[in-house]
Amino acid sequence: MAEFSLPKNSRMSVGKTWKHEGGGTVRDFKIYRWSPDDDNNPTVDTYEVNLDECGPMVLDALIKIKNEIDPTLTFRRSCREGICGSCSMNVDGTNTLACTTAIEDIKGDVKIYPLPHMPVIKDLVPDMTHFYAQYASVEPWMKTDSPTPNRERLQSVEDREELDGLYECILCACCSTSCPSYWWNSDRYLGPAVLLQAYRWIADSRDEATGDRLDALEDPFKLYRCHTIMNCTNTCPKGLNPGKAIAKIKKMIHLRSQ
Amino acid sequence: MNYRSALSKARGQGPSGHGGSHWSMQRFSAIALLPLTLWFLFSFSNVMPLTYHGFAQWLRQPWVPVLLCLFFACAYYHAYLGLQVVLEDYVHGKFASTFSLIIVKLLFLLLAVSTIVSVLRIAL
Repeated sequence: MAEFSLPKNSRMSVGKTWKHEGGGTVRDFKIYRWSPDDDNNPTVDTYEVNLDECGPMVLDALIKIKNEIDPTLTFRRSCREGICGSCSMNVDGTNTLACTTAIEDIKGDVKIYPLPHMPVIKDLVPDMTHFYAQYASVEPWMKTDSPTPNRERLQSVEDREELDGLYECILCACCSTSCPSYWWNSDRYLGPAVLLQAYRWIADSRDEATGDRLDALEDPFKLYRCHTIMNCTNTCPKGLNPGKAIAKIKKMIHLRSQ
Repeated sequence: MNYRSALSKARGQGPSGHGGSHWSMQRFSAIALLPLTLWFLFSFSNVMPLTYHGFAQWLRQPWVPVLLCLFFACAYYHAYLGLQVVLEDYVHGKFASTFSLIIVKLLFLLLAVSTIVSVLRIAL
């Protein structure tokens, strides 16, 4: 059955508070902590951060905490400009990128948790193995049978526009991990991110495996666990619409069988 | 221990090739239910106050049993398709999911047949 309460070893308690000495504009950051190195349950630690000596984004605060307050705090980050997708996490109740979320846009304490319903490796770092394997399973590369041309494969301006809103996806997994269907059935449901990526290749005019790609998705679990809940579209930090891409796949599968 | 690779787990047993017609039929039955439900509510409200004689007379009009049978068939079919999705979402485990899906299918078949037979018995 679907799990509606946290298992015993995932129940959280209040953890340590890291006080800030001295003045400044202080904000509380409540951050999920869990380490595989001991048998303790996860805790929520409170870090008091002086925003006068901190950059404007949530990621700036996390880096400040790691550098100056608690070096054991673990999180993924890289580009700090919303293009790598590494720092995806649950900030203030919404999955987003810590690097493109401004601290001043959050009211009250800044609550930071890992992406929901993923196995946690440590603190804010979730295990993405299955997510990436699902991405690999849709074979996200161009497939052609025609002889390879001597020059680039031509594409009309209109055909190229079909990829707008799809190619921008950075696979941060914010959408998939916000989807209740993905929470309950991620073992078989591909989830919004991977389905948007699958549609990116279905919509590509240069690809010659459209039928095979649709065949590979026509399954009650792989595709049709999407019930148009639209959490994916609401949460996407890049402003994309995975819900619409999935609807287009369903429409294509319906129309080709008419 | 499960030594299957991540890709093997992600691929699972592959696509079943089903699901498309379920999705289409769920939408078609919903579209059909829109006018049928409106007709049912409007037409049935004319029978009030409900007596057996008045109800039987209503049912014996030429188009009423046809539309009523269509309404119940669509409603049960749509409900069955919806419930199937709920069970697939939340009931995991091979035995529990297979068993509950069969029970629900048979239950709705029984409901549909008995409702339609009842309508026809009074109407004809």
